[in-house]
Amino acid sequence: MRTIENAIIRFSGDSGDGMQLVGTQFSNTSAAMGNDISTFPDYPSDIRAPVGTVYGVSGFQVNIGSVPVHTPGDEPDILVAMNPAALKVNLDSIKKGGTIIVNSDAFDEANLSKAGYTSNPLNTDLLKPYQVVEAPITKQTLEALKDSPLENKAKLRCKNFYALGIIYFMYGRDLDVTINWLKSTFKKNNDVVEANINVLKAGHNFAETLEASISTFKIEKAKIEPGHYCQINGNAAVAYGLMQAAEAAKLDLFLGSYPITPATDILQELSKYKHLNVKTFQAEDEICAVCSAIGASFAGALAATTTSGPGLALKSEAIGLATMLELPLVIVDVQRGGPSTGLPTKSEQSDLNIAMFGRHGEAPLIVLAAASPKDCFHMAYEAAKLALQHMTPVILLTDGFIANGAEPFKIPETNQYAKIETRLVKDKLAEGERYLPYKRDPVTLVRPWATPGVAGYEHRVGGLEKLNEVGTVSYDAKNHELMCELRAQKISRVQNYIPLQEIEGEKTGDLLVLSWGGSYGSTYSAVRQLQQEGKRISLAHLRYINPLPKNLEEILGGFRKIIIPELNHGQLRAIINAKFQCNALGFNILQSRPFKIHELVNAFNDHLEKL
Amino acid sequence: MNQVPTYTKKDFASSQEIRWCPGCGNYSILNAIQTTVAKIGKRREDVCFVSGIGCSSRLPYYMNTYGMHTIHGRALGFASGVKIQNPNLSVWVATGDGDALSIGGNHFIHAIRRNLDLNIVIFNNEIYGLTKGQYSPTSKYGLVTKSSPYGTAEEPFSPASLAIGSGATFFARTIDNDIKHIQDILMRAYEHKGISIVEVLQNCVIFNDGAHDTYADRTIKEENTVRIEHGKPMIFGANKDKGIVLTGGATPVAKVVKIGENGITEKDLLVHDEKQESPLLANLLTTFKHPTHPLPLGIFRDVDRPRYEEAVYKQIEDVQKKKTERTVRDVLTSGDTWVIN
Repeated sequence: MRTIENAIIRFSGDSGDGMQLVGTQFSNTSAAMGNDISTFPDYPSDIRAPVGTVYGVSGFQVNIGSVPVHTPGDEPDILVAMNPAALKVNLDSIKKGGTIIVNSDAFDEANLSKAGYTSNPLNTDLLKPYQVVEAPITKQTLEALKDSPLENKAKLRCKNFYALGIIYFMYGRDLDVTINWLKSTFKKNNDVVEANINVLKAGHNFAETLEASISTFKIEKAKIEPGHYCQINGNAAVAYGLMQAAEAAKLDLFLGSYPITPATDILQELSKYKHLNVKTFQAEDEICAVCSAIGASFAGALAATTTSGPGLALKSEAIGLATMLELPLVIVDVQRGGPSTGLPTKSEQSDLNIAMFGRHGEAPLIVLAAASPKDCFHMAYEAAKLALQHMTPVILLTDGFIANGAEPFKIPETNQYAKIETRLVKDKLAEGERYLPYKRDPVTLVRPWATPGVAGYEHRVGGLEKLNEVGTVSYDAKNHELMCELRAQKISRVQNYIPLQEIEGEKTGDLLVLSWGGSYGSTYSAVRQLQQEGKRISLAHLRYINPLPKNLEEILGGFRKIIIPELNHGQLRAIINAKFQCNALGFNILQSRPFKIHELVNAFNDHLEKL
Repeated sequence: MNQVPTYTKKDFASSQEIRWCPGCGNYSILNAIQTTVAKIGKRREDVCFVSGIGCSSRLPYYMNTYGMHTIHGRALGFASGVKIQNPNLSVWVATGDGDALSIGGNHFIHAIRRNLDLNIVIFNNEIYGLTKGQYSPTSKYGLVTKSSPYGTAEEPFSPASLAIGSGATFFARTIDNDIKHIQDILMRAYEHKGISIVEVLQNCVIFNDGAHDTYADRTIKEENTVRIEHGKPMIFGANKDKGIVLTGGATPVAKVVKIGENGITEKDLLVHDEKQESPLLANLLTTFKHPTHPLPLGIFRDVDRPRYEEAVYKQIEDVQKKKTERTVRDVLTSGDTWVIN
């Protein structure tokens, strides 16, 4: 048994093969055993593509380590391929010398041809660079269940647990987490529980008998900050972050939303928490979704809407109204490959432009971007806090990669996210005093928030330009210019209420990597690697994009070159270069996947060498 | 609980100057709304007017209540959010034929389907007024307008058919030159728990003047309209000598008859029943128009159905009884978790 620092494992099979489930079981077990983990599910957009085809392949990748892991990993050390199509789709990405575990029973003529193989790769040189474990998973599963009362079809559904058993043996995993999960999940169906446990153990035993020809590994516990942990993906983290903000602001949370991949999970998650006074409204379309949220905000809720690119485009007009009304609103955009329907299940960072500029008229708002699955909790909270405190819509950008990827999350202590002061009016108006809905706080330029039901504060808000302070309709040209200026200034001044930009590494050096949003894990890992090699490279990773942190300009000035890696054609780069005229370079890919650490290392090295 | 003050119409008039054209039908609707809202027994701060875009949609600015003037076609989305967040509010929507039935058509049918307790007043002038005279989804076939110089080539929507077809629990039609009738209908709309749609035939003096003359002109309106009232036979005409009878059995046909002719008496006439569970009668009424039938004015349908916001709060109550978590920390610590020491 070899001790290693980390291992990257990819479970892959037909979308009906239960790969997401066993991948999740493996990560939960590893997390419970004290490893750091990062996971990423990769599933096709077709619900059930024809069985055995390459476009029906569903994968789940997990990186577990005794050292901190920040991404699901570049190249898997181990691939589990439940059929030839899964092998075909993943073969190029497996580490040379890695292990491939195949269900040899699935490599029949029909499946081979559906995957586009003319000859069986198990009998050719194609797999020579790898250690191949051929396991007759289908037959062995049925054999293990010969006494089970389950029907044949149900028995076959257990075969993912056979594969899981093999991997559990290879990495010395404890079977109890999964066994307990099976017992609690299927407590009403003992036959299913028994069958899956038997198959899991059969896979484990199979690997044990192969001990001579199969590698086994030991991964020590990682040094993880003590605390109470759960595993969290970005979408769930957004949901909880919004709920936490509602709790801290003592407001009800209202979500107006319309199902759209990959954001739907936030709506589904929030719809469970009626007992925490969360109201979810599944509207008839994206437009009504955001409008209902603005209505709820007017009536005093912490209101949010969740969507992805196409939905954000549809919401643009209403978001413009929210900037005009100056009402708090959180818009979460889980970015996916665009334009148009694009690549709905794949990740990209190409909505920064629409978030920044996608409204008619002068309509500035706050734009934030979460850095990792667990950071979605904090940033959703921040988005809500800034929306409430500055009476403005806030767009929070996440992406399909961090939305579906999961990692351990230290459950916050009660006092950590305790209180958000809102701008709700508190005092009764004096006799004869008139409420001025657009009279601003002189420091922040934020207006007060009076909600229907509060006597004396009756007022109208609307999309027409309004008279400064008073809020009634005004067509006066000078007043319009002043109002545009005040709305812009209000957002600029948010700079005083966001944290200073952090820098990882030295404050000066040769190359500054300026990244944003969900690519943090990759850029951080790449920069760390180069720092350990002695390179003068640092990382500034942005989570506050509009307004930008105050000290960013100073940071940019400390480096000979700046490089901005983005999963788009350079949207942040255009903003930074326009604002600071700093000739930042770009590293851009649009390959419907996150950055690989090694490609970033190579790109950064190229620039370091040219200096 | 504070007592609701005694209000008059003036208490609900805002200080904003009204910017509708002189002679516009909207004045009488505004007047009727202010008069009615003063009487409904709600405190002023508990009333909220929401609108989209169009001449009608300026209305919230003229009401001394809470109000939102929003974007074109989407008033019902905003109003739904307001009502769900605070069901104690009396929420009213002022909208037009373009706002509600063209750009807002999708929201119109879905708001009706949900049956939120909203009062929707459609100012139907069969034209786009604020954009200065293009045809609307309720313009009569062939109408010559600025965007249809050779006449339109599309059939109009009937707001009544659309509403009742979508399952409206309350639908009524009234007309801008009968302010008392508008007030009575609005009061009934308020009293109805669930969605209420009130179509007001409204005259645009500038771009579609006289569009409703068949039903509004004093010299002919009695012949061309029928006032429908619950439990009463459908009688109309200047001399109250005409009526509606139903013939045809399984495929009913409504026929206009003269009382006293061919042995027809009042007892033979169709009696209005706005409480019918089946929408059949209401549907039939939506097909009445000149020249074959008198146009019905009054309440087509007023039935009880579960309301959306009621169900939302009931679910909250039920789930709170079943589940013990009350904070996010409770939720996060209740699932699969582990402790690192």
